[in-house]
Amino acid sequence: MTETLTLAKAMNEGLRRALDDDPKVLVMGEDVGRLGGVFRVTDGLQKDFGEERVIDTPLAESGIVGTAIGLALRGYRPVVEIQFDGFVFPAADQIITQLAKMRLRSLGAVRLPVVIRIPCGGGIGAVEHHSESPEAYFTHTAGLRVVACSNPSDAYTMIQQAVTCDDPVIFFEPKRRYWDKAPVDTAPGRDGWTPFDRARVVNPGEDVTVLAYGPMVKTCLEAASAALEEGRTLEVIDLRSLNPLDIDTVVSSVERTGRCVVVHEAPVFNGYGAELAARITERCFYHLEAPVLRVGGFSTPYPPSRLEDHYLPDLDRVLDGVDRAMGW
Amino acid sequence: MTIDSAREAPGLTEAPPPELIQLLTPEGIRVEHPDYPLDLSPEEIRGLYRDLVMVRKVDLEAVALTRQGELGLWASLLGQEAAQVGSGRALAERDMVFPTYREHGVAWCRGLDPLRLLALFRGLSNCGWDPAEHNFHLYTIVIGSQTLHAAGYAMGVQRDGVLGTENAAGTIAYFGDGATSQGDVNEAFVFASVFNAPIVFFCQNNQWAISEPLEKQSRIPLYKRAQGFGFPGLRVDGNDVFACLAVTRRALEAARTGQGPTLIEAYTYRMGAHTTTDDPTRYRLAAELESWKLKDPIERVKAYMVKNELADAAFFDEVDAEAKRYATDLRRRCLEMPDPEPLAIFENVYAEGHSLISEEQRRFAEYLESFDD
Ligand SMILES: Cc1ncc(C[n+]2csc(CCOP(=O)(O)OP(=O)(O)O)c2C)c(N)n1
Repeated sequence: MTETLTLAKAMNEGLRRALDDDPKVLVMGEDVGRLGGVFRVTDGLQKDFGEERVIDTPLAESGIVGTAIGLALRGYRPVVEIQFDGFVFPAADQIITQLAKMRLRSLGAVRLPVVIRIPCGGGIGAVEHHSESPEAYFTHTAGLRVVACSNPSDAYTMIQQAVTCDDPVIFFEPKRRYWDKAPVDTAPGRDGWTPFDRARVVNPGEDVTVLAYGPMVKTCLEAASAALEEGRTLEVIDLRSLNPLDIDTVVSSVERTGRCVVVHEAPVFNGYGAELAARITERCFYHLEAPVLRVGGFSTPYPPSRLEDHYLPDLDRVLDGVDRAMGW
Repeated sequence: MTIDSAREAPGLTEAPPPELIQLLTPEGIRVEHPDYPLDLSPEEIRGLYRDLVMVRKVDLEAVALTRQGELGLWASLLGQEAAQVGSGRALAERDMVFPTYREHGVAWCRGLDPLRLLALFRGLSNCGWDPAEHNFHLYTIVIGSQTLHAAGYAMGVQRDGVLGTENAAGTIAYFGDGATSQGDVNEAFVFASVFNAPIVFFCQNNQWAISEPLEKQSRIPLYKRAQGFGFPGLRVDGNDVFACLAVTRRALEAARTGQGPTLIEAYTYRMGAHTTTDDPTRYRLAAELESWKLKDPIERVKAYMVKNELADAAFFDEVDAEAKRYATDLRRRCLEMPDPEPLAIFENVYAEGHSLISEEQRRFAEYLESFDD
């Protein structure tokens, strides 16, 4: 059955399906119950699944993740919501020192199917700590899977895949795309679903490979349309999974185009794009016509909202990157 | 527990809890408390009343500005005026304040221009004032963080060797009921306690942390937490400006004279939404709001003043008129604030020159110029 859903509603449907499929699945976080989350992603879930399964927790992120670890040790599959990107740091200790490493420390005896959902990124005119892109911290930590959805259909499938995964998953949701609508196939069954650790070519093209994930995918697709008017075709790839990285999909594209621009909202310096640039250079060195270029945020704290349009890569900044790659 | 039992929020209980320190009843009747004598001149009482009215008016104006799209967000203090003005007026100039994002009334008492607050919520700055200017630290959005800074600051005051002298400074940290669940707040209690730091922890228990009622944070009254950490905790009627003033004064005095920390739980109520993006009708019963309206912090002072002939109608009218003029002027000043220059993004990131920032700034300037032709 295909329905047109917002990304937030698609997440909601995906979570609903996950709760339905497995009685061990729990949803936890601040305001996820009665309120349905500040973005309404968990709207109605407590009403339908009860307070034992959809849990309004005390206001304590370290507590939320720490107890989710304990629940997972007891056989549950907690899906935790961190209310905003900037508030994951009180839980960083539990995520980095505990969640990521317990499997290895138990020689594989322990499984930690914990999903940590983080609404991420800027562009909604918010105050401080509500617009960050903390992916590099987590992709740097071995033992965590890190994924980012960019559209309603992926939101629906990827959250279910994350919940059934036996590893801890950091799940980024692009908050400024929560209200974007698209058709979602909500028929039961998982046939035809792209595995959630695969990248996807979302716009085929010949001139430049543009790599993006989460909120920037839409911007890059818009840039691809604009570039077409100038007779350039951009191959836009939605990475979807940041760790593990589906490097083969990336390599086969860059080998054809010979040019690559990486786009993300996070600061460029030591950002996720640095890893992509290095890896692509290693694998595609003799195919490259230009260095891998990065378009992203500045090496400054996320600015006050009246300046965020300057900070966030937009269509012009992406096209500028494309121009630079072409002009090399 | 069922979902329904969660609706029995503490706000619905009619009688105030017996341990509540109160000097002015909701009906405006002055009561005495053996431990908290308070002697205010009529002039001082009129001053407190004016503060309450001004603070409420500024807050309402900010809410209106937000509704009109002039501010990105506003966290309203409606209902919490007495807790903030009472505690704020208890502060000596040297005392240091560590606020959250809702302490507009305390900011008022410290002399911070409300325009600064509007600038923050308008998205013009990531706070944007010098804490030393009014001994009022930066607004803190990450819940509970500032309580540790406050504890550390108080430890610094202690190390300066000024406690017990006329140079003694107290430190006060503000936070909400939800914040008491954070590790940071509990760690601040531990540090303050074991180092006997000169600090007052001022918790405004407004009954809700966004949609979560107090029961989702604690099974015991919050003021009782202090005992487990080894320092005194008390609960004051947070809608009673006299009691908040007296209790905070005394706790600050204890801090300044080396007697260590105190936790004050100001029992109050958030009358509005959590912020302007929140919809409290999704989780809160209207009856609860109605019952708290009867305890309005401004009305009770007014009733007291009228009964005791501390002010006449002309005074109340003039305060209202002043508040109105002030708000109109504040609105004008708010709308006149220009957006920051794009290159301001690169300012104040570091104290000393930083090549990466300069490089990015230069490139961005070039990029912006490329649109000029
Ligand atoms: C560490 C952290 N987690 C989550 C949030 C999002 N958030 C902002 S205010 C709030 C509720 C705070 O409640 P409380 O401490 O009672 O203070 P109040 O806003 O009611 O004054 C939440 C969950 C945050 N700002 N910081």
